[in-house]
Amino acid sequence: MDVAQLAQQLRSILGSRAVISEREQLRTYECDGLTGYRVVPSLVVLPETAEQVQTVVRLCNQHSIPFVARGSGTGLSGGALPIEQGVLIVLTRMRRILEVDLPNQRVVVEPGVINLWVTQEVASAGYYYAPDPSSQLVCSIGGNVAENSGGAHCLKYGFTTNHVTGLEVVLPDGELIQLGGKAPDAPGYDLIGTIVGSEGTLGIVTKITLKVLRKPETVRTLLAAYPTTDEAGATVSDIIAAGIVPAAAEMMDALAIEAAEAAVHAGYPGDAGALLIVELDGPAAEVEHQFERVVAMCRQNGATQIRIAADDEERVLMWKGRKSAFAAVGRISPDYYVQDGVIPRTELPEVLRKIATLGVERGVRVANVFHAGDGNLHPLVLYDGEEEGAAERAERAAGEILDICLEHGGSITGEHGVGEDKKKYMPRMFTEDDLRTMQLLRCAFDPAGLCNPGKIFPTPRLCGEVPGHHRTHPVEAAGLADRF
Amino acid sequence: MRATPQVGTEGFQRIVGLEHVRAATPEDAIHGVQPALVVAPGSVGEISAVLKLASELGLAVAPRGAGTHLHLGAPPERLDVIVSTRHLERVLEYNPGDLVVKVEAGVPLGALQEVLAVSGQMLALDPPDGRATLGGIIATDASGPLRLRYGTVRDLLIGVTVVLADGTIARAGGKVVKNVAGYDLAKLFTGALGTLGVIAEATFRLHPLPDATRTVVVQVDTPGDAGRLVADLAASTLMPSAAELRWDDPAGPGQVLVVFEGIAPGVEAQAATLLEIAHPHGTAHIPDAGREQALWDQLRLPADFREGEACFKLSYPSADLEIVISAVLEEAQRRKILVRCSAHAATGVAYVGIREQDSVALPELVDAWRAMLAVHDGSVVVLRAPADVKPALQVWGPTGDALALMRRLKQQFDPGRMLNPGRFVGGI
Ligand SMILES: Cc1cc2nc3c(=O)[nH]c(=O)nc-3n(C[C@H](O)[C@H](O)[C@H](O)COP(=O)(O)OP(=O)(O)OC[C@H]3O[C@@H](n4cnc5c(N)ncnc54)[C@H](O)[C@@H]3O)c2cc1C
Repeated sequence: MDVAQLAQQLRSILGSRAVISEREQLRTYECDGLTGYRVVPSLVVLPETAEQVQTVVRLCNQHSIPFVARGSGTGLSGGALPIEQGVLIVLTRMRRILEVDLPNQRVVVEPGVINLWVTQEVASAGYYYAPDPSSQLVCSIGGNVAENSGGAHCLKYGFTTNHVTGLEVVLPDGELIQLGGKAPDAPGYDLIGTIVGSEGTLGIVTKITLKVLRKPETVRTLLAAYPTTDEAGATVSDIIAAGIVPAAAEMMDALAIEAAEAAVHAGYPGDAGALLIVELDGPAAEVEHQFERVVAMCRQNGATQIRIAADDEERVLMWKGRKSAFAAVGRISPDYYVQDGVIPRTELPEVLRKIATLGVERGVRVANVFHAGDGNLHPLVLYDGEEEGAAERAERAAGEILDICLEHGGSITGEHGVGEDKKKYMPRMFTEDDLRTMQLLRCAFDPAGLCNPGKIFPTPRLCGEVPGHHRTHPVEAAGLADRF
Repeated sequence: MRATPQVGTEGFQRIVGLEHVRAATPEDAIHGVQPALVVAPGSVGEISAVLKLASELGLAVAPRGAGTHLHLGAPPERLDVIVSTRHLERVLEYNPGDLVVKVEAGVPLGALQEVLAVSGQMLALDPPDGRATLGGIIATDASGPLRLRYGTVRDLLIGVTVVLADGTIARAGGKVVKNVAGYDLAKLFTGALGTLGVIAEATFRLHPLPDATRTVVVQVDTPGDAGRLVADLAASTLMPSAAELRWDDPAGPGQVLVVFEGIAPGVEAQAATLLEIAHPHGTAHIPDAGREQALWDQLRLPADFREGEACFKLSYPSADLEIVISAVLEEAQRRKILVRCSAHAATGVAYVGIREQDSVALPELVDAWRAMLAVHDGSVVVLRAPADVKPALQVWGPTGDALALMRRLKQQFDPGRMLNPGRFVGGI
């Protein structure tokens, strides 16, 4: 069956509003937040129910057509990059909040629901949804689940995976399963933990049960300026050594501060070499006491300026600069490449020095924004795409930054995912046996290799002979995989 | 082709050394199924070689840590070799500044806590038995009261080294807290009861040891009072580390114990607030600091650790505490049998202990609980039961519509069904 026929069949089942096949309209979906990779899909489908997702997936199976799920398309690793001969299943029409159950601290949502909506839904009752990616105004819960997204407040409260207690999933063969729910410890393998963070390669999530938390009694936020990132890093070390777990500890270097100031005028001190934002939350008696200690630590480590947010408005402003840092870099450079490496926190000073040296040697400017508490770095490698060879130079430098992270015992990605972008670095972090073992998992879920194929793994393999599939696999035909 | 284990003895000896292979004794049996050999590898490489040989010989293997939780699961279909992790007890990497520790699987939790305490840190896991090894704790997903604040194994485990049935050594995750590279095999292996591979090494995130703790004890007359107290606690801005319910006598009162951790002024203030919150629901007091340790020890003992009792784990949405506890107590009184209940009261997990002499009632009781909890997407797992009734109870209960997928996972990781065959859900 060719795609035109499939489109027609899908229109007759899902209605014409749900199917896009005109090239101009398809181009809206050619990339996610990582715009360097673009592929126009053959077909875009916008289902409104889990049943419709099942229908699409089953048809794709019948005709061996690969499919890719997409939420809001803000991913930064090309995870939702379409496949040319494939179907893109866009979940943005499944955006109902299905249930709010505050006695159990659970909210049940469809995958297209925007991250921030969850908090908005329960805020008046004094609750919030903890994982807060900077993209929370636009990114979808389905995308968060696929990427195991983090945010500034994940240091204390954990990532998406720590806040998902139930999933409904359309498996790659079209079967619908329910996992977990509001009760903990369901017997059997932890399939929820396995699916969260699997970047849309193990199925399409159609319903999510989320844990929401009680808003803390007190929140205290400070912003400290330092001559260099060394003193800011030392402050974070002291905080951790004192047994204090901050709700957030975020750092920016001089170039990132300059960009943020230019973009949002958060009132950051202009001459600082580094800024540290520290937030503590919890019961008042505890927070007040610990906050005083943190202020003292900032001072002892040579902070040139310490500002304490007097109210919510000031706090929001402090955060605004940090949360818009990626976009802000656009003000000082036409193009940039966001990296997402992680290192053990204590390696921070040395790794930052190495990144600085690398920047000088390779002739690229690197702005650093990072989650200092958990060692997740977001070096932004700046370049001008118009300039001959600049993009390649930037990408090479970004790759070398990941090598530095790995040398120091870290990871190539802390929250943005591997996707299309970082799969070539996977063999630097994992052995052939590690990757083959992960492939076993993939084969249990997706033996036909149709669900977001070609992502995460550098040389995706097919899962042996699948009964009934005796022709060339479309993924093979597209040069995306070899059969082993 | 299945060989007799004796054929392998020499091969295993060559791998791990003569003194680390011994003939199994009746004490090594699991649910009455007698293995032939106990092999104790001393490194990841040795585990790999042992499993490779076992799979070549078609021998069934049960991984074993300290042996504190072998009563879990159904009886193994086959059992030839116990692979013991007791020689894998090194702390491999510990840098307090990173709040991360990497250990071999055979390290006992209690021993690790002692090492960490020197630096004012802890692994925030408190299953009942501190002798349990970390590999065993991961495989059984063992948890304790502190799960309210810190979560369970899955929330603390950031990296694993596993050895598959064919000897493949695979690592996933890493030693940084934040990491999304590759599939999260650590979660897949958590609670898998050793059916997918042997856990050889594990890396955990750590937490600071609290400066101070304060416990509030509330005596409640009915499960309804307990339910309302815990609901008010959950709706407050207090941050308890644990909230435990104990109900030892169906005819008597129950106790709710709430633990706060942090710095002294913080825990004092929280405890004082709880006294007010508790007032309408029961009689609350703050025991002397001296009595706290004894209370803690009691807290760590859920129902499954009394000899001679059958024991069950019930999971349900946490707000159903009252419904679940009253149903269990009423049913027991109606049948005139004694039960002991305990619960991680704010997380939706209860344990029920029943004396062995009442075990004739078990099949009906378990069915009744399962029917009740099915409505609330909960579950009943048989943790321990007399051998003659256990098979009739269906240890894991219904596993929903994901069982076929779980079987495919087992098929991929252990196609020869070598590792703990038959012990896990759906006969996996
Ligand atoms: C300015 C900016 C700031 C950001 N800040 C952060 C941050 O602080 N922390 C962070 O972690 N990330 C951040 N991100 C990255 C991104 O927002 C997250 O990865 C987000 O979770 C993606 O959600 P999405 O809905 O846009 O998903 P998409 O980009 O549409 O898809 C992402 C992946 O999810 C899969 N997917 C989507 N929906 C489903 C579904 N229902 N079922 C199965 N798979 C699905 C896709 O196939 C794809 O692999 C940022 C991005 C931008 C542009």
